[in-house]
Amino acid sequence: MYAQLVETGVKRIKDLSEMSEQERAFQEKIDSEIKIEAKNWMPDAYRQTLIRQISQHAHSEIVGMLPEGNWVTRAPSLKRKLQLMAKIQDEAGHGLYLYSAMETLGADRDEEIAKLHSGKAKYSSIFNYPTLNWADMGAVGWLVDGAAIVNQVVLQRTSYGPYSRAMVRICKEESFHQRQGYEILLTMMRHGNQAQKDMVQDAINRLWWPSLMMFGPSDEHSPNSAQSMAWKIKRQSNDELRQRFIDQTIPQLELLGCTCPDPDLKWNAERGHYDFGEIQWSEFYEVLKGNGPCNQERVATRRKAIEDGAWVREAAVAHARKKHKKNAA
Amino acid sequence: MSEWTLFEVFVRSKHGLNHKHVGSVHAADTTMAIENARELYTRRSEGVSLWVVPSALITASSPDEKAPLFDPSDDKVYRHASFYELPAEVGHM
Repeated sequence: MYAQLVETGVKRIKDLSEMSEQERAFQEKIDSEIKIEAKNWMPDAYRQTLIRQISQHAHSEIVGMLPEGNWVTRAPSLKRKLQLMAKIQDEAGHGLYLYSAMETLGADRDEEIAKLHSGKAKYSSIFNYPTLNWADMGAVGWLVDGAAIVNQVVLQRTSYGPYSRAMVRICKEESFHQRQGYEILLTMMRHGNQAQKDMVQDAINRLWWPSLMMFGPSDEHSPNSAQSMAWKIKRQSNDELRQRFIDQTIPQLELLGCTCPDPDLKWNAERGHYDFGEIQWSEFYEVLKGNGPCNQERVATRRKAIEDGAWVREAAVAHARKKHKKNAA
Repeated sequence: MSEWTLFEVFVRSKHGLNHKHVGSVHAADTTMAIENARELYTRRSEGVSLWVVPSALITASSPDEKAPLFDPSDDKVYRHASFYELPAEVGHM
């Protein structure tokens, strides 16, 4: 999930009889799957939670460009380099669709970005892991984008119209990302030498658990889930989505001829799902707190990009003013 | 960036179709707004024409006016072709 542990600020969910007339009309609309649009009345907590969730989602797309940016100059061929750049540009696009959706709620883009840079706003834990070899580009596309798709496909039905429409666009583009990632790994496994095959297994070993953590903590440790589900800004539980991701990914892993770094992973015929080992949640919380391998570097890179680009933005404004004056004269 | 204007973007996906709202972009002026909209909304041949309009210039109906604006059309069933029952011999009309 690209947004993890989003606070709702709500202690207990109200039932319809406890709501004001406005609130009830709002909840009934949501219950009957009518989308909420920017100008409709909405409870303040719904608005604030959505701003937190969508901005976190947008920040994840933007920071998500960095682990891949690391490989643009090191891609093994021109074809791979072009594909990687197209994917990275898509991530920037996804960030911008989401910032636009967030702005319809009255949030200011610059203010929200400043929160990312000051460390106040979060982004997905997954992007705080380094990308150490070329196979990581394949594993990121296949596993990380794969996990994101599982989450985002459900979010297409989210109750807030602009968010839902952004998700529809994003999902259309994500499948290219996942396929190009898997194809990188498949090529390395089928045509590579032993060292290249080892790189694939190494990338999977490092990224497997962090990818499972993307869905967020177990349902019983997700205090905000119930309200988010009632508002339909979350449509399925973290555990359900994680299970779906594992079930659809393992056959692909087997086709690659690789193994899963989880000794407890086993098909459970009775449940019709894979059983899997315990996730190290202490690592997840540490990464979220800012203590992952790359947290500082990621935020520092974003900050530098904004600061170094200041003169370009100023020049653009000066140029626009000059042109405007010339046209007026 | 706060000095930049927010523009709404409309894309005509094919010749013969209407422009349709797709989202928004920030830009210093209209030229840049078209360039940004092109990069953001038409990376995969989604369009043949773009419009950008400063968001502040759009006047929208308010959700509170939904009833007075749109309810009056609900009780005029005679505006629909299906209201008029014709004998089968007339055939397709």
